[in-house]
Amino acid sequence: MKKLFKHRLTWPVAALAALVVINTIARPQFLSLTVKENQLYGPLVTILRDSAPLMLVALGMTLVIATRGIDLSVGAVMAVSGAVSLTIIARSEAPGSFATVAIAVIVGILVALVLGVWNGFLVSVLGIQPIIATLVLMLAGRGVALLITGGAITTVVSPPYKWIAAGYIAYLPVAMFISIAAIVAVALFERRTALGVLTEAVGINPEASRLAGVRSRSIIWGAYIVSGVLAGVAGIIFAGRTMAADANAAGFMIELYAILAVVLGGTSLMGGKFSIAGTVIGVLIIQTLDSTILFLGVPSAQKPLFFAIVVVIVVLIQSTRVHDFGRSVGQRFARKEPTDIRIDEEVAA
Amino acid sequence: MHTDTAVQPIVDMTGITIRFPGVLALNNVDFSLRPGEVHALMGENGAGKSTLIKALTGVYSIDAGTIFVGGRHEAFATTADAQRAGISTVYQEVNLCPNLSVGENVMLGHEPRTGGRIDWKAAHARASEHLAALGVDVDPRAELSSHSIAIQQLVAIARAMVLDAKVLILDEPTSSLDRSEVERLFGVIRGVKATGVAVLFVSHFLDQVYEISDRITVLRNGNLIGDYPTAELPREQLVSKMIGRELEDLAALARTAERTIDRDSAPVLKAEGLGKRGIVEPADIDVYEGEVVGIAGLLGSGRTELVRLLYGADRADSGTVSVHGALAKIHAPRHAIDHRIAFSSEDRRGEGIVADLTVAENIVLGIQARQGWARRVRPSVHDAVVAEYMEALDVRPANPAMVAGNLSGGNQQKVLLARWLATAPELIILDEPTRGIDVGAKADIQRKVAELAEQGLGVVFISSELEEVLRIAQRVVVMRDRRRIGEFVSQDIDLDGLIDYIANAERGNVA
Amino acid sequence: MTTTIDAPLTHTETRSWYQVFMSRHASLVPTFAAVAILMLLLAGAEAFLRGDFITPGTMSALLLDNGPLLVMAVGMTFVIVTGGIDLSVGSVMAFTGILLATMLSNGVSAAVAIPVILIGGALIGLLIGVLVQYFDVQPFIASLAGLFLARGLAFLVNLSSVRVENDAVLWLRTRWYVGDFYITPTGVIALLVVALGAFVMQFTRFGRTIYAIGGNVQSAHLMGLNVARTRLLVYVISGLCAGLAGLVLTAYSGAGYPRNGIGTELDVIAAVVIGGTLLTGGRGYVLGSMVGVFVYGTIKTIISFLGAEQSWMQIIVGGLLLLFIVVQRVIVARADRRE
Repeated sequence: MKKLFKHRLTWPVAALAALVVINTIARPQFLSLTVKENQLYGPLVTILRDSAPLMLVALGMTLVIATRGIDLSVGAVMAVSGAVSLTIIARSEAPGSFATVAIAVIVGILVALVLGVWNGFLVSVLGIQPIIATLVLMLAGRGVALLITGGAITTVVSPPYKWIAAGYIAYLPVAMFISIAAIVAVALFERRTALGVLTEAVGINPEASRLAGVRSRSIIWGAYIVSGVLAGVAGIIFAGRTMAADANAAGFMIELYAILAVVLGGTSLMGGKFSIAGTVIGVLIIQTLDSTILFLGVPSAQKPLFFAIVVVIVVLIQSTRVHDFGRSVGQRFARKEPTDIRIDEEVAA
Repeated sequence: MHTDTAVQPIVDMTGITIRFPGVLALNNVDFSLRPGEVHALMGENGAGKSTLIKALTGVYSIDAGTIFVGGRHEAFATTADAQRAGISTVYQEVNLCPNLSVGENVMLGHEPRTGGRIDWKAAHARASEHLAALGVDVDPRAELSSHSIAIQQLVAIARAMVLDAKVLILDEPTSSLDRSEVERLFGVIRGVKATGVAVLFVSHFLDQVYEISDRITVLRNGNLIGDYPTAELPREQLVSKMIGRELEDLAALARTAERTIDRDSAPVLKAEGLGKRGIVEPADIDVYEGEVVGIAGLLGSGRTELVRLLYGADRADSGTVSVHGALAKIHAPRHAIDHRIAFSSEDRRGEGIVADLTVAENIVLGIQARQGWARRVRPSVHDAVVAEYMEALDVRPANPAMVAGNLSGGNQQKVLLARWLATAPELIILDEPTRGIDVGAKADIQRKVAELAEQGLGVVFISSELEEVLRIAQRVVVMRDRRRIGEFVSQDIDLDGLIDYIANAERGNVA
Repeated sequence: MTTTIDAPLTHTETRSWYQVFMSRHASLVPTFAAVAILMLLLAGAEAFLRGDFITPGTMSALLLDNGPLLVMAVGMTFVIVTGGIDLSVGSVMAFTGILLATMLSNGVSAAVAIPVILIGGALIGLLIGVLVQYFDVQPFIASLAGLFLARGLAFLVNLSSVRVENDAVLWLRTRWYVGDFYITPTGVIALLVVALGAFVMQFTRFGRTIYAIGGNVQSAHLMGLNVARTRLLVYVISGLCAGLAGLVLTAYSGAGYPRNGIGTELDVIAAVVIGGTLLTGGRGYVLGSMVGVFVYGTIKTIISFLGAEQSWMQIIVGGLLLLFIVVQRVIVARADRRE
C-alpha cells in the first residue's frame, strides 16, 4: 500500500480523479454521453477532443524539459504551421481536395520541423540557454505567421482540413485519435529505443553521460525537433477548429500550460527522469480544470487566475518536499542556505 | 603536542568533534593559531582539514568542543559571525565578484559613503592604499576578471585586511599560480604576518609548505596526529604521518606485482609530453597489455588531471597519444571509447553514477552509449550482462532495479566498474576506485583488477594508498606538484622508499 | 628568506588608453553598441525618409509613447542583473491600469487610487520574490505564476476597457511645449524613474549588491552581503515599476484596458538585452536599457512610417535579440577559453 503512495503517478491520478468527482457532483451531466449522428457527445468527449493541441505540445515539452531545457516557442510554431497550411489551401485551386489538404498539412509540419531544428541548433551547438534561444522564436514566430497570412486572419473552406479538427471516426473525435497516436508514438520511440534512457541520463547528469560516451548533442537537438514537429501538428488542429489562421490567438500562452502539465505529471523542471503518462494526466487535469472553470461561469479571460493558484500550489508542494529533505540532511549546517554554499560531503567522507 | 606555549594563541580550538550521517569527520581535535605565524594544515583526502576550516569559518556548527578567538568564546552561527570575529578566508576559487572592479571588490559592503551615496573616488583611493600596503599596484578601477587568478587572490587578501582580519585562511592558494606568482604571494604573506595576523595555509605542495610555514598541524582520518615546528619535522616523517601505516587486512593479499609483461609489442597506450598549461606539466606514460601501471603521489600532484587528458575528458595542449603504436586523436571521451579505453572517475557521484537511473541502467549505459540511441541493447544481452557483473563484483544489494543513487559508495564504485568492464575495454583507467569504501569491497575491487590484468587488460591505477599501488602495479609513475618526477618497477621499491621519493626527490630539469 | 615585503611591486606596464579603458569598462561595450545602433537607425531613417524622420514631433513621441516600456525596463534591469527574470510585468501593468481606471470611475480619488495600485504591483512582485528567494522556485516559473495571477486579476476587475475621466490623472498627459518639442508629466515620470534607477544601481550599496549577486551569488554571500533581502527587493521593485507603468499607460492613453501588455514583457526583456544587459546577470546599465527602449521605439516608428505591417516589428525585435544573444555568447565563450 505504501508503495502505491510513493509511486510518482499517484498524486496526479488522484488529483484528476478528485476533479472528475467534484465535477460529477456539481453537474451530474458531466459523465453523460449521448450519440447523435454516429458521434459521441458529452463533456468528457469535449475534454478529450479539445485537449489535443495541448497534449501534443506537452509531449514535446516533456522531452525538452527532460534534457534540462525548455521550449517557449511552441505557441509561435503552432501559429506558423497553421498559417502556412491554411495559406496553401487558400491559394490553391481546389481547396476542398484531399491532395491539397495533404500537401498543406505536410508542408505545415515540415516548416515546424525546420523551426525545431533551428531551436535545437541554438541550444545544442551554440550552447545558448534554452530559455533565451526559444524566446527568440517566441517573439519572431508570430510575426512570421502574421506575414504569411498577410496580417489578416485567413479563413478557408475545406472540409477535409476541418475534418482533422472536428471530424469523427468510429463515434470518437479524430483529434482524440491524433492525440493517442502521438502519445503512443512518443512512448514507443522513447522506450523501445534507448532514446528515453539516454535522454534521462543527459538530463540527470550531463557530465557523467559525457564521460560515459553518450552523444548529448544529438539527443538534445532531437528533443527540440520533436517538440517542433508536435507543435506543428497542434497548430494544424488548432487552425482546423475555426478554419481560420489567427496568428495571435494560435497557441496563445500554450507553452505555459504545457510546462504546467509536465510539472503536474511529475517530471522535474531540472531535467532527468520523465514520464509520458504523467504528462498525459497533467494535460487532462488542466483541460478538466478548464472545463470546470467554464462551467462555473467564470469569464474565460479570468481563467489565468485559477491557473496561477494551481502553479503556486504545485510549486510549493514540490518545493516543500525539497525543503524537508534538505532540512533533515542539513541539520548539520550552521547556516541553512542549501543553494548558496555547496557543502562538500565527499571531503568529509 | 604543543611545544612553545609562551605566546597566547589568537585561535584556540579544543576537542572539536563534528559528525555527519555515517561518518565522524573530526574526532576530538585540538588546533591553535598564534598571531604572526604561518601555520600549515596538512592531511590527505578525508583527513578533515576542510571540515576543521569550515568549523572555524562558521559554515559548520560543531557537535563538541570549544572555539576561542582572541580570548573570546565564540559559537559561530553564520559565516558573517566568523568574519566579524576577525576570521577571513581566501578560497581556492577566489570568492570575489568577477564583474566588479578591483577596488569595489576590496571595499564591497564597506564603501565610503556621503549620506547614502557611495563616494567612488574615495573608495578606489582607499582600495589602492590597502593594495599598496601589500605591495600590490594595480588599477583599482579595472574589472577583476581582467586580472589573473594570482592578482585576484591578492585582491582577496587585501579585502581581508580591510575587514581587519586577525586570522587569514588561505585555502589552496597556489594551485593555479606559476613560480613567480607564488613568490609574490609569499612576499605578501610575509608582509601580512609581520603585522601580527595569523595565517593558516592549506596546501598539498610540500615544497611550498616547507618554504613558508612556521608550524605544521597534521590530521588523518579526522584525528589530530600532532602539530610541529616546521624546522623540526623532516619531510619523510610528515608524509609518513599524513599517509599512515594503516592496518590492512589486505596486507594478506600476496603481491600480484610479480608477473612478466611482454614489452616487445607496442604498448596499448603511450603518451608523450602530454600536458595542459596551468593544469599539468607535459608528462610521459605508457601501459602495456596486461600491465597495471600505478600513479602515486599526494593529493594535488596532478594524477587525475593527467589521466583525464589521456581519456580526452579534458583537452591537452601538448603531447601525443598512441594506441597500439598508431598515433590517435583523443579529444573527447567518445574518441577514447572508440579506442576501447575506459575511465572510472574519482568523483563517482558527480561524474560516474547517474543517480536517478537504476543499477541495471547504469551498468548498461556504457554499451548503450556506444551502440547509439537507435538500437536498444537486447533484453537478453542486457539481463545477462547485468547479472554477470553484479555477481562478479558482488554488488549489494543484488537488486538491479534499485536506484543507483541509493547504493553505498563501495557498491556505486562496483557498478561504475561493471559499466566499463561490460564494454570489454583494452585499457581501463581507475582513479581512486577504492576511496571511501569499506574493506570488503576494497578487497573485491583489488582482486578483480588483478584478475583482469592477468587476462590481458591494461590498467592505469591511481590511489592515495601507496601500499595498494605497490601491491597491484607492475610499474609506478610518481607525481608531485603537477609534474611527473619519476618511475619505478614496483618490485624495486618498498613503501618507505616510495614515501621518501615523493617527499624528497629532486625535481627534474624543470625550474 | 626572512625579509618582509620582498615581492616586487606588481607594476602595470604602461598600457595604452585603449587597454586601460577596456579593462575598466569592458561591460560598457554592448551598451555602446546599442547607442551606435540607435544612431544608425535614426540617421538611416532620416536619410531614407528625406529629412522627415527626426522631427521634434517624432522625437517627442519616441519618448512618450514608450514611457511605460521605459519604466518597466528599469525594474527589469534590476531583476536581470541579479540573474533572474520577470515575466509578469506586462500583465501587472494591465492589472494596475484597469484597477486605477475602475477605481477612478467609481469615485475614488487619485490620491488614494494611485498609491493603491503601486502597492498592488509591489505586492505581486513580493509574491514572486518570496517564491524565488525562500522557496527556491526558478524565477521563470515564479514570475509565470505572477503573470497568470495579474492577467486573471485584470479581467476580474473589469472585462472591458474603462475610460478615465479623472482630471488629476488626465493632467498627467498635458503637453508642455519647449519650442516644437513637447513632453508630458508621464514622460517626466519615466525619465525620473530612469535617473533614480541609474543612481541606485551605481551609487548605493543595495545597487552594488545586485551586481555582486549577478556576478557570483556564492561570493556575494561569503562577502557578507545581504543576498536574501536584495533578491527579494528586486522583484518588488520590478512589480512597483510595472504598477507605475500601468499608471503611465492609463494616464497617457486615457483608459484602462485589461488586454494591455500582452507579450509586453518580452519586448521589455528584448529592450534590456539590446541595451547591453547580460541575461546571465552581473552586467548591465539602466541607462543602457533606456537606449534599448529607444532602439525598440525607433524601429517601431520606422515601421509605421514605412507603412509596413506591425508583424515586422516582432520579427525584427526577435532577430535583434538573437543577434545580441549570440554575440554575448561568443564573447563569454572567448573569455572562458582565455582563462
